[in-house]
Amino acid sequence: MKLLIIISEAFRALQLNRLRTGLTMLGMIIGVAAVVLMLSIGQGAQINISNTIASMGSHLLIVVPGATSSGGLRFGSGSVKTLTAGDAQAIAELSSVEATAPVVSGIAQFSYGANNWSTTITGVTPDYFSVSNWEVESGSIFSEADLRSNTRVAVLGKVAAENLFGMEDPIGRILRIANRPFLVVSVLVAKGQSLSGRDQDDNVFIPLTTAQRQILGNQFPGSINYMLVQSTSADMMEEAEAEITRLLRQRHRLSDRMENDFTVRNLTALAVVASTTAKIMAWVLGAIASISLLVGGIGIMNIMLVSVTERTREIGIRMAIGASRRAILTQFLLEALMICILGGLTGVMLGIGGAWIVSQIADMPVVITLSMIGLAFTFVTMIGIFFGFYPAKRAASLKPVEALRYE
Amino acid sequence: MSGKDRTPTQTLIRVEDLCKVYQLGSHTNQPIRHQVLFDINLEIYPAEFIAIMGQSGSGKSTLMNILGCLDTPTSGNYWLAGRNVAYLSNDELAHVRNRNIGFVFQGFNLLRRMTALDNVAAPLLYAGMNRNESRKRALTLLQQTGLGQFTLHYPNQLSGGQQQRVAISRALVNQPQLILADEPTGNLDTQTSHEIMALFKQLNSDQGITIILVTHEDDIASYANRFIRLKDGRIIQDGGKGTLLSIPFQDKRITSQP
Repeated sequence: MKLLIIISEAFRALQLNRLRTGLTMLGMIIGVAAVVLMLSIGQGAQINISNTIASMGSHLLIVVPGATSSGGLRFGSGSVKTLTAGDAQAIAELSSVEATAPVVSGIAQFSYGANNWSTTITGVTPDYFSVSNWEVESGSIFSEADLRSNTRVAVLGKVAAENLFGMEDPIGRILRIANRPFLVVSVLVAKGQSLSGRDQDDNVFIPLTTAQRQILGNQFPGSINYMLVQSTSADMMEEAEAEITRLLRQRHRLSDRMENDFTVRNLTALAVVASTTAKIMAWVLGAIASISLLVGGIGIMNIMLVSVTERTREIGIRMAIGASRRAILTQFLLEALMICILGGLTGVMLGIGGAWIVSQIADMPVVITLSMIGLAFTFVTMIGIFFGFYPAKRAASLKPVEALRYE
Repeated sequence: MSGKDRTPTQTLIRVEDLCKVYQLGSHTNQPIRHQVLFDINLEIYPAEFIAIMGQSGSGKSTLMNILGCLDTPTSGNYWLAGRNVAYLSNDELAHVRNRNIGFVFQGFNLLRRMTALDNVAAPLLYAGMNRNESRKRALTLLQQTGLGQFTLHYPNQLSGGQQQRVAISRALVNQPQLILADEPTGNLDTQTSHEIMALFKQLNSDQGITIILVTHEDDIASYANRFIRLKDGRIIQDGGKGTLLSIPFQDKRITSQP
């Protein structure tokens, strides 16, 4: 029998019992929709994280002060400001290091006209912007000369700019920081949330020296909160870590039995962990969703077995008029497969619709890829063949004489 | 080559030492052997019209099933149109049923979800013909059996006689040499029965199709030219018209009554 005819026969058989076909299909529809939805949400989260990682800057190390002990009492990192801008300059000279960006930060009150706003103030060097991947939206950032002469200039993050200036163009305006006038020279392109969920754009950047001497004050001359270190390449990260540790121990005059009074952390490694976690999450969600597909498959097997029993006589007649076992097998297998594929199609559409609703309501990024849909379809087809085969085999192995006698 | 492998040419059917044994309760330690057919020898020539008769349990249905390639013998040989079909594989048997044999059953056995036309066309589809061509041929046959205006009716919309005509059309559609009719009039009234038998007679005499009929009614059997009587799995009588009248047929259902 020609395949096309078998397909149309299978289609007709499914149409004859629409309620049953529909209910069986529902298992597939829900399963596929769940898989597509979960995968798309998972992928969205992953892309979100990798965007954040890209915005952080590449092959970065962070050096934070602290982990000091005094009289047997051990302090947490950052509790003592042991790092200085001088350390940063010395580290920048290392062969494995591309650039360093010493940072001081604190909270300050900002005002412009009637608006005032309390947010993070960050004292940085011009290198900071390239090291941590900030892009300039308008104006231009301050220079090394500004750093040397403690000029009062400010670079605004997107959110801080909007909060203080609203619709006005901030470039060239005077902003008061802790009641001192600063000239706004630049606004940065928005970056969004950091990995820890903080809004990176609600931030005002001023020259490091200005921050140290005029706004935040010094614990001791030149002290900084932390520094970012960019290594020359991703492969040099570990090398850089070792070199920095050696150099800082020497500069801080630590004897062999003393612990480090600073900590070097690999930011990129942290980011990789975060993105791996997101990836695992996506697959776990997908795997849970695919359990419902499996359950749907069992439902199909169940119904097909009932159908084979009900149609024993029909199978006998078909065999008597010349249907080979293969023809009977194909007919029942195709019926199961058709339920799966039609259910799969509906499920994919439902899943895409659901993903769209999630993206609208929860404001979450969702991603739907062709490979995802392909995966769902492959899975569904495999389920159809796997769970449809046994009932079809059973139909095909009926003996013609006995099937004809069946009432 | 032994003599048994030589295939006789003129005969349509040649059955040699055919036995059928059923193993009952084979899952227990001592299966019960139940032999239904004992050393059946039979030769049937093209264009014969044969009635097989016998009481219930005489083995006539089993013989029919084996002759129809619906079942296989336990031992012995069966040549159909020169080919030994006794031990073919399931798919080869399906092919033989499709090409060489047409079936007509007591219960009509039409596919109830198909129209008369599609029922008749179904064997052609299994033979690999496309749908349009098969329907064209099915239509011709339905017109020949007088059902030209019922082509799109479903079996449950047709009378018993009409359904049996559809079944006969279906049996004829692949132009088989042999038609096996298992009590074809068992569910029909007397008048319709004779109409159906007249149709068989006509097919036999006009087209030379061999017809093997299983029945227990003498007046239905009388349409045949040759009579084979089975008892307890053995042929006890095989002959022409005269033999039918000499030993009156007795149904077990009548004789077994107290």
